[in-house]
Amino acid sequence: MISTVLFYSFAAILLVAALGVITSRNPVHAALFLVLAFVQSAALWLLMEAEFLAIVLVLVYVGAVMVLLLFVVMMLDINVESMREGFTRYVWIGAVVALLVAVEIGHVVWFRSSGLQFLSTPAPFPADYSNTRELGSVLYTEHVYAFEIAAIILLLAIVAAITLTMRRRPGLKAQNVAKQVAVRREDRVRLVKMDPSKD
Amino acid sequence: MVTVAHYLVLAAVLFSVSVAGIFINRRNVIVLLMCIELMLLAVNFNFIAFSRLLGDTLGQVFVFFILTVAAAEAAIGLAILVVLFRNTRSINVDDMDTLKG
Repeated sequence: MISTVLFYSFAAILLVAALGVITSRNPVHAALFLVLAFVQSAALWLLMEAEFLAIVLVLVYVGAVMVLLLFVVMMLDINVESMREGFTRYVWIGAVVALLVAVEIGHVVWFRSSGLQFLSTPAPFPADYSNTRELGSVLYTEHVYAFEIAAIILLLAIVAAITLTMRRRPGLKAQNVAKQVAVRREDRVRLVKMDPSKD
Repeated sequence: MVTVAHYLVLAAVLFSVSVAGIFINRRNVIVLLMCIELMLLAVNFNFIAFSRLLGDTLGQVFVFFILTVAAAEAAIGLAILVVLFRNTRSINVDDMDTLKG
């Protein structure tokens, strides 16, 4: 019973936050609404007993990705008003498309779900069940290659993000280390032969 | 009681809200990126609900990889956004017409 109340309250806040993301005038507000949506989703995942992913969602998304997004939003000087042109023109087509998508997926879920017991409540796991151990035991054995590919994708993202945003500014006084190391004695030191002075 | 269908319908509504967001905010690239994140979140809901329904951990492994790829996508997308803003002083989608597409 209490899980039903929790589900509906979390789901309501999640949908309100999602609507806030898409209708906010200010991108900073949209990003903060997105943070709220992620936190509510993490709570709902906890209700579904996916504890590890719920924690990862909070740590990785709220802690890293959304902070990055907020940094970028606040760094860029965005003209908010020019972004809102045509808002009322497109809100109707957006609403119609969203309604169509929701009705179609809902139809599939409610009426075409033959064979699967969608309307059943999965039995709760026993108290000594560890979601993290269960996930790790398949992640590091069956899917270890996919796991390593995911690591390479993350490395690729780091390299791509750094190379994209790094730039050479003109007039910057930077050291050229290779040139410094490769310098030879003859380039810098000049020995001059002089007669000793007479007096 | 909360059934799996509740979660599936919630994911459907969340997905359609973010589809509407892509239509509404079709000029602002940052909000478009946020809408894509919301869509991935809705998809993850489905994966976790089915994983719970079928008693199979594979769905949660999939969510793990989706989270990884989405984080990489967000980082590269924001980097592209910063470069775009540096070149055109704008993040309006309508200004991205150098390819004359």
